[in-house]
Amino acid sequence: MADVTSHDRLLDEITGPTPGQMLRKRVFGHQGLLIGLAVVVLLTLVAIFAPLLAPHDPYAQSLMTRMEPPVFMGGTWEHPLGTDHLGRDYLSRLIYGARVSLLIGAVAALISGLIGTAMGVAAGYFGGKVDAVVTFLINVRLAMPVVLVALAVVAILGGSLEVVIVVLGLLLWDRFAVVMRASTMQVRRREYVAAAQVIGASTPRILLSEIMPNIANNLIVVVTLEMAHAILLEAALSFLGLGVQPPTPSWGLMVSEGKNMMLFEPWLVLIPGAVLFVLVLAINLMGDGLRDVTAPENRS
Amino acid sequence: MKDTVTQSPVLELSGVSKTYRVKQGLFGAVKPLTAVNDVSLQLGRGEVLGLVGESGCGKSTLAKILLGLEKPTAGQVLVDGEDISAQGRLALARRIQPIFQDPYSSLNPRKSIYDVISLPLRVHGIGDEDDRKRKVREMLDVVGLPARVMNTYPSQMSGGQRQRVAIARALIMKPEVVICDEPTSALDVSVQSQILNLLGDLRREFGLTYLFISHDLAVVEHLATRVAVMYLGRIVEENTVAGLFDAPRHPYTQALLKSVLTPEPGMGVPDTQLGMAYPNPIAPPPGCHFHPRCPRATEFCKTDAPRQVELPAGHVACHLHDPKTPMYEQG
Ligand SMILES: Nc1ncnc2c1ncn2[C@@H]1O[C@H](COP(=O)(O)OP(=O)(O)OP(=O)(O)O)[C@@H](O)[C@H]1O
Ligand SMILES: [Mg+2]
Repeated sequence: MADVTSHDRLLDEITGPTPGQMLRKRVFGHQGLLIGLAVVVLLTLVAIFAPLLAPHDPYAQSLMTRMEPPVFMGGTWEHPLGTDHLGRDYLSRLIYGARVSLLIGAVAALISGLIGTAMGVAAGYFGGKVDAVVTFLINVRLAMPVVLVALAVVAILGGSLEVVIVVLGLLLWDRFAVVMRASTMQVRRREYVAAAQVIGASTPRILLSEIMPNIANNLIVVVTLEMAHAILLEAALSFLGLGVQPPTPSWGLMVSEGKNMMLFEPWLVLIPGAVLFVLVLAINLMGDGLRDVTAPENRS
Repeated sequence: MKDTVTQSPVLELSGVSKTYRVKQGLFGAVKPLTAVNDVSLQLGRGEVLGLVGESGCGKSTLAKILLGLEKPTAGQVLVDGEDISAQGRLALARRIQPIFQDPYSSLNPRKSIYDVISLPLRVHGIGDEDDRKRKVREMLDVVGLPARVMNTYPSQMSGGQRQRVAIARALIMKPEVVICDEPTSALDVSVQSQILNLLGDLRREFGLTYLFISHDLAVVEHLATRVAVMYLGRIVEENTVAGLFDAPRHPYTQALLKSVLTPEPGMGVPDTQLGMAYPNPIAPPPGCHFHPRCPRATEFCKTDAPRQVELPAGHVACHLHDPKTPMYEQG
């Protein structure tokens, strides 16, 4: 023991990559994540720049050009994806529909994320009575069938973009609460939390700077899941006529409006259905990828 | 090392107990679990008190009470003669700091080493950014790390390096008392002695007082001035290092000492060769808690709890050393 004096400089080098470098390396090595991310970013850009990209006004009706087929089915380049039963340009409606889907997905996930994260983190950190109350609320919420409740509420309040967003936001917080509660309980036991408490750090400070950064990866994954969930629910509600109301271009509504002509003009249903499918798949790919990429950080 | 206790103790525990209420199963009854039972200890300035005992005997619970992380159900903890429950969180933080067992869990993986070490300064609003940088650099030097680690992350460091960072964080506020809860037991054997030497050097350099918790008497002998042996929440024997190692009184201390002499000390929990498993703390044995495992237990031990008997420089709780019991033996 005597030959090692503690004031010797440590000679072994500290050369490992920083967590940031490791994360970057894993992100660029994960194909699913990159593909999902690319599609989501692309569709977001499409939604933002819809007025610049759409060839026509999505609301402009034209009785002369109703139900024109897309180019690949013998149509013209004037309406690349054809027109619907009111003669509105299908591509333009699809592009504007991306706005509705992404807006609903993002805002509903934001609202439910705020509610669920606050509840879950409080339950996981404080435990005891707070946890008992939150657990009870989660169980109550899980016992409610989301689609039925959403249908009932929208039926009473009347469908509109705002109502759908708020209703979904107030309904989809359960997974946030469950996941954030479990992750917080885990992180709370780590000694760096005790160290911060002993130092005298305030509870908000501990929650924000010791707990949150270490559960953020799980949060991001749930955000993606719930975004996809909200987008699908909006489509379902709109399809049933209880979501976004015509003439707003929503993909669910487009499927609904096309369903009467499905046998003769299947593309009216297939095109918005396929875009919806691609968006949800891309968001889920992104979520799965983010989980893969961020999880090993703590274990290294 | 000096064995003298200076005038007034820096840290004083009197009759400290902690009882948890544990529920067994979903509908099980809530039962009391006394993790710390009527513990009284005194630490003089500059002393190192080694606290030794098997896993689950309540060492960490005691440490948490001292750090203000748990409230004792009974008794008092005084720092500089002042009750810690009466001191503010921030005032206490300047006097007592911990070094935890697991340097992989005690450093936030999302924070740079600079952020970790400077957290106490930032929480207490000490200095500006430049002051903090300078202080952190000084502290890194003190614990033997190069200044360039400031911008690295815990995941880039080895266990020993991380523990040095944890020590730097504990000492940057210049506390009087440092609670070391098994600071080396998660480290490689080769690194353990470096950290122990560092802790010894730092004590001399800064005049620190340590409560040094370990399950390993060999580690304690190296650093401590006094030793307290804990069993099932109680202190069964306390003495100076020399007194305890030369003449262990309690049969449990004797068994622990014997285990130190086994071929590979310092790794894991020592094999006390006491045969029977550690008792369930929810239903501690009656009489002397140690009697089911004690090689010298008699009927008397099964019914009567031992008193604390004063020794020249400490005390022991065993009927064998109590003149008022039929089992008393001289020497
Ligand atoms: N929060 C708690 N609730 C209920 N029981 C607890 C709690 N914390 C600790 N205990 C119990 O108190 C007893 C003492 O635990 P403690 O962690 O203090 O032991 P220890 O001596 O530090 O052990 P180790 O060497 O394994 O760290 C154990 O029986 C443990 O199960
Ligand atoms: Mg412990």
